[in-house]
Amino acid sequence: MAKISLTVNGKAVSAEVEGRTLLVELLREKLGLTGTHIGCDTSQCGACVVHVNGDSVKSCTMLAVQAEGAEITTIEGLAAADGTLHPMQAMFREHHALQCGFCTPGMVMSAIDIVRKHPEGLSEAQIREELEGNLCRCTGYHNIVKAIAAAFPLMHQKQAA
Amino acid sequence: MAFEGIGASVKRREDGRFLAGRGHYVDDMNRPGQLYAVIRRSDRPHARLRGIDTAAAMAAPGVVAVYTGADIAADGLGGIPCGWQIHNKDGSPMAEPMHPVLAIGKVRHVGDPIAVVIAETKAQAKDAAELLAIDFEDLPGVADLRAAAAGGAPLVHDDVAGNVCYDWHIGDKDAVDAAFARAKHVAKLDLVNNRLIPNAMEPRAALGECDVAGNYTLSTTSQNPHVIRLLMGAFVLHIPEHKLRVIAPDVGGGFGSKIYHYAEEAIVTWAAGKLRRPVKWTAERSESFMSDAHGRDHVSHAEMAVDESGRFLALRVSTLANMGAYLSTFAPSVPTYLYATLLAGVYKTPAIYAEVKAIFTNTVPVDAYRGAGRPEAAFLLERLVDAVAHDTGIDRIALRRANFIPADAYPYQTPVALQYDSGNHEVTLAEALKTADYAGFPARRAEAARRGKLRGIGISTYLEACGIAPSQVAGALGARAGLYEVANIRVHPTGSVTVFTGTHSHGQGHETTMAQLVADQLGLPLDQIEIVHGDTGQIPFGMGTYGSRSLAVGGSAMVKAMDKIIAKGKRIAAHLMEAAVEDIEFKDGAFRVAGTDKSKALAEISLAAYIPHNYPIEELEPGLEETAFYDPKNFTYPGGCHVCEVEIDPETGVTKVVNFVAVDDVGRVINPMIVEGQVQGGVAQGIGQALLEGAAYDANGQLLSGSFMDYTMPRADNLPNITVGTEITLCTHNPLGSKGCGEVGAIGSPPAVINAVVDALKEYGVRHLDMPATAEKIWSIIQANRPKMAAE
Ligand code: FES
Ligand code: FES
Repeated sequence: MAKISLTVNGKAVSAEVEGRTLLVELLREKLGLTGTHIGCDTSQCGACVVHVNGDSVKSCTMLAVQAEGAEITTIEGLAAADGTLHPMQAMFREHHALQCGFCTPGMVMSAIDIVRKHPEGLSEAQIREELEGNLCRCTGYHNIVKAIAAAFPLMHQKQAA
Repeated sequence: MAFEGIGASVKRREDGRFLAGRGHYVDDMNRPGQLYAVIRRSDRPHARLRGIDTAAAMAAPGVVAVYTGADIAADGLGGIPCGWQIHNKDGSPMAEPMHPVLAIGKVRHVGDPIAVVIAETKAQAKDAAELLAIDFEDLPGVADLRAAAAGGAPLVHDDVAGNVCYDWHIGDKDAVDAAFARAKHVAKLDLVNNRLIPNAMEPRAALGECDVAGNYTLSTTSQNPHVIRLLMGAFVLHIPEHKLRVIAPDVGGGFGSKIYHYAEEAIVTWAAGKLRRPVKWTAERSESFMSDAHGRDHVSHAEMAVDESGRFLALRVSTLANMGAYLSTFAPSVPTYLYATLLAGVYKTPAIYAEVKAIFTNTVPVDAYRGAGRPEAAFLLERLVDAVAHDTGIDRIALRRANFIPADAYPYQTPVALQYDSGNHEVTLAEALKTADYAGFPARRAEAARRGKLRGIGISTYLEACGIAPSQVAGALGARAGLYEVANIRVHPTGSVTVFTGTHSHGQGHETTMAQLVADQLGLPLDQIEIVHGDTGQIPFGMGTYGSRSLAVGGSAMVKAMDKIIAKGKRIAAHLMEAAVEDIEFKDGAFRVAGTDKSKALAEISLAAYIPHNYPIEELEPGLEETAFYDPKNFTYPGGCHVCEVEIDPETGVTKVVNFVAVDDVGRVINPMIVEGQVQGGVAQGIGQALLEGAAYDANGQLLSGSFMDYTMPRADNLPNITVGTEITLCTHNPLGSKGCGEVGAIGSPPAVINAVVDALKEYGVRHLDMPATAEKIWSIIQANRPKMAAE
């Protein structure tokens, strides 16, 4: 067992974890943040994506101990304190980009990172390529792509490419 | 108030919690004192179990219990039941071998559960499961359908000769033979409908609990909690309904794979009773691959007899269908009544004969997966029609038009049992061709050719049967359950409404659509309506969600219950306003005395019903709550036309879907946004089947595609934008006129895609191609046919 301290959704937390405990297990089991999901055991579905120090990371691919000192944001930490949705959340709702909702937290976290990393603009083809690491079985991605394109101008205060 | 009723694209009410990370899925639940179950599964396709040594596992840290098939047998648990019985050609019943909860004596497929380890933590249970020493005696296995059906194949069940579960047929063989004898032309085709692994993104999970009074609760990833309560309670665990509550909370996709009663549900419930502590099991994705029921897996031969003008005279089909190692809940119905009865499609083929042999193999059980039987029928038929066009030189669109059941021929009795109530295939075809700019295709093909690309276009004009199902018809065909749906509508004293539905939403957006339906009928704002589903403790009964039935059957039950509410409300209103009941009309949420300005809002009536001081108490019970069971009169028959355009890179064999248009007739639409999403999702799965997905086994039954690394799930960059259109003919036999939209996408699309690929490859002499049309398959065809083309 190791004791680790980190910041999750702006709050300092610490926990006792086994060496083999994954970050996603820490979030779900120890911190009760069940919005982050587990959809596979081969790091391919993206249901577990969170932000670690501002970058999107598959939290099933990282040991909890590696998150020592890190700043983590999960889906639960996106909306403003008054409940106002992040533009990406709002656009997912607006464009019906979710059905069962299981891939959604990881999809939203990845989508935010994609838009942030491409301030120059994003084509539809680019959005589709960048979503390579996130699987959705419900939507056929059509509306997810639309939602991300619609969130771009809201996040960058300018039009998508 | 914005319009929120029938026809409005209301944003989904469930999205708020999902987007905030507050969805409530089974694996999100944890109970005080909870234990964790890990299943040790067979890694062998077929083996005798000579012994299981549990000592080391039992002694491992944190382990509370280890159970095997022997413990299950000692406690007298039943086998996992099958919900549908098919009869053979000779009238005898199908073979129905025992399906034990944990393997007894033998394992029959990779993934077959052998033992369960229950420990304080999941990691401890996992560690201990590896310490189980299992003495296997490997037996030869068989995975391939044709091999398993051939004489001398290893037997999956010693007492099932030839591995034949059933040998069934439908249609008039003599009429078909006679028509073939006078046919001008016969087109023949051999087809494989590839085996698929559903892979809902949420892995299955189950949490069992038992309280001090012996009341059990199972929380499970299910599309139909009441069905699970019935099957597990009555047949496996022998727990009566009133002591067993089954909850299916938020469920992360199903597509059929979460209809069935699975062993793990019984294991955690039974173990929770024995240990008097909650027991949770959650599948890892590798387990999903080897334990969730798979889909499709047919091998067929089809022949169409055609006269000189291209009219279809008769259709003859013989199909082998893979059942896997055991019969899953609805498996026997899929290749029979959900498949062969659909072989008329949209055509007036006068004579049809189909025979289907269902075969056991050493593979995961196969059952309904989105579309279930109907995609297999549509693929066979729409490929065969293109083959007729290819062989006769008749244009494929003209050929279809010439054989369509005309709109004025409805209701139409097919030669394979079903009676279609409504449809208009000409209209959906015309709309789809226009939207896809079919006429402009030759120019696009020429332009692609200049870039060195092969472009093809394909269509499918399909029909399916859903809104499952009229109980007596289904019962006569072998169903062991009723297939009606139930709604309980409770108008509270102050006029808000809770609707309890026996259907279940796992992505379909029922909390929105069904609330819109109720808002429309009762004249209430959406925020006064709550939809409750997924809990046998709250909902009277229900058959759940599959077969695109929730609106057509479940919504109709709501309409029926609302009719009762309104009828009772009228009697109360008549009393309050001192008018005759016949003079009361209900409109826009108020009861009015016709021809006067006297009216009472629904909330005033409900208040009077619960505080019955001024109330016709002699003739009317207080309260305003009604339950309705709705049993459909027929199936519903959505249909439409899908057009797919592909571009193939001859250097790599990679197929890109460049345009996809789906124009579907799903009957009355409540929420167009949600319907469009359902169709897009279904089409994505259909394109996946056509181009990417395929479960692979070696000859013995070792699963080769056991993870997302080996099984190609469609990703965002594999798929195009999907244009959805709707054309509506109303269902004539339910009060909503709705037909269902959940499966049309997955049914209509695979043949459209393959027809397009074949079209793109026609210069290479390709007449047919089996799914998935992978880059490797196409590249090989191109390579093999290149020299021939050069020589010509
Ligand atoms: S859980 Fe699938 S990628 Fe992390
Ligand atoms: S919404 Fe269900 S998996 Fe994406």
